[in-house]
Amino acid sequence: MIEVENLVKKFGDFTAVNNLSFVVESGQVMGFLGPNGAGKSTTMKMITGFLRPTAGTARIAGIDICEHPMAAQTRLGYLPEGAPAWPDMTPRQFLDFITRIRGFDKAAARQAIVRAVGMTELHGVLDQPIDTLSKGYRRRVGLAQAIVHDPDILVMDEPTDGLDPNQKFQVRQAIEEMAAHKAIIISTHILEEVDAICSHAMIIDRGEIVAEGTPSALAARSRFFGAVSVTLDTAHLADAEQALAGLANTRLEALTRGVETTISVFATTQQRDAAALLAEVQELMSGQSWTVRAVALETGRLDDVFGTLTRKPRPAGGGSAEARS
Amino acid sequence: MNQLWTIIRREFASYFSTPLAFVFIVVFLLANGLATFYLGAWFDMGQADLTSFFMFHPWLYLFFLPAISMRLWAEERRNGSIELLLTLPVPLWAIVFGKYFAALAFSGLALALTFPVWISVNFLGNPDNGVIVASYLGSLMLAGGYLAIGSCLSALTRNQVIAFVISVVACFLFTVSGAPLVLDVFRGWAPQVLINTLASFSLLTHFKAITGGVIDLRDVVFFVTLIGGFLVATMVIVDMKKGEGA
Repeated sequence: MIEVENLVKKFGDFTAVNNLSFVVESGQVMGFLGPNGAGKSTTMKMITGFLRPTAGTARIAGIDICEHPMAAQTRLGYLPEGAPAWPDMTPRQFLDFITRIRGFDKAAARQAIVRAVGMTELHGVLDQPIDTLSKGYRRRVGLAQAIVHDPDILVMDEPTDGLDPNQKFQVRQAIEEMAAHKAIIISTHILEEVDAICSHAMIIDRGEIVAEGTPSALAARSRFFGAVSVTLDTAHLADAEQALAGLANTRLEALTRGVETTISVFATTQQRDAAALLAEVQELMSGQSWTVRAVALETGRLDDVFGTLTRKPRPAGGGSAEARS
Repeated sequence: MNQLWTIIRREFASYFSTPLAFVFIVVFLLANGLATFYLGAWFDMGQADLTSFFMFHPWLYLFFLPAISMRLWAEERRNGSIELLLTLPVPLWAIVFGKYFAALAFSGLALALTFPVWISVNFLGNPDNGVIVASYLGSLMLAGGYLAIGSCLSALTRNQVIAFVISVVACFLFTVSGAPLVLDVFRGWAPQVLINTLASFSLLTHFKAITGGVIDLRDVVFFVTLIGGFLVATMVIVDMKKGEGA
């Protein structure tokens, strides 16, 4: 379990992290979202004991990182931003060094390395200098380093940054495999990743939490939540808009992407049931001569929430004030 | 202790992962030879001793050792691996001393590879080998002093060139603080105590005392204190940077 308590970090006059508190239980994967410079990395550096907080603290499995850094770091695996390693070493030497430092005996080290290498699929490059590895492999070497001692707590700063889609998938799979028995924090600015692997998500901006909850609950804050989206050929946009205009108490919004257009139908009254709206739209569409590619009830869009909450300056009286309460 | 040893081994091995180590050793040996035979006119002296060999060590070290120490911390910062190192469950002293001892071992190796000079002088005459052993020890301690200063200054910056330049300057000041060049500036107006203190900080003075063939406890204490002081200062700087966030 990771407990973060009133964490503050100031660099001179600049407040990078402002009074952050949250808890990540074992079995949870917390997705740390936020624009660049929001304070994600700074928070992680404090949790792992690389930076000293200006105020507040973090507890790793109940151990205060400021008071007993070594005891806490023993329980912790950390993948720093950019997955740094010593470029002159090979992954084998690197992992060997990490296990030695962490006090493994020879047999245990060998076992731990085999396990970590298996999970990160590093077999093919074990004896090449890290310097010569591709970005994807380097990231996986960093990941292997973070999990080699099977820590209870895992902190990863942008674990999939710079990976190709296949590698992203592999890393996510590895994280999912471990998730059940660990408390994990990952930072990312890839929103789909939050949906894919996180049980909880937190959006921070300028060092403060602006929203927090399960990914679906966060997405539900989107203005699209409950709207019905109709996707069709752009050629039929005008026809469709004409047809949809017949619905009472609705407002339309169209977004064109090349040959495809999505029209979102928003209910303008609170009473309107989303399922009923969906049924109405479907009925309306079924009578048309042209084809509709998709009709969907929106569960909300995380990118929309992210944009609303972190856009500068924050929209006055918008979702952010509400979200912070 | 195990962790200290692990760090020393990793650091020491890292010197040899690139051709840099070999280039360094070759150039160091060449420079040493040139200084001894050409500047020191070792053959013309007609004496079976290594005075003209050791007398250039402070000046060679002045440029060679900051080249080793500059990377100790600056490179880790630039590379980002310092974040890895400082979040592993290792006490800071083990990292600082481990890095230092690896650098010292590497310099020691370069120094040890000058052994043909020693063999030659024994072949050509009957030198006082006791003096030579003492001088080698003194030279190693001198190297240790320079490296400790360099380690401390390398921790201040992420730029290796800056680390190199300020280390050369700092080492130079510590070397010449006993020379008339510096002392004359103070002589005549400063109290004798200050001048004596200043002179006693000179690495050169202590080094010369040892290469004279006498290992005086005071000289050893001086070097050990200097090295310990700068390594503790390194720890303080690295720890301070944790608070700053650099």
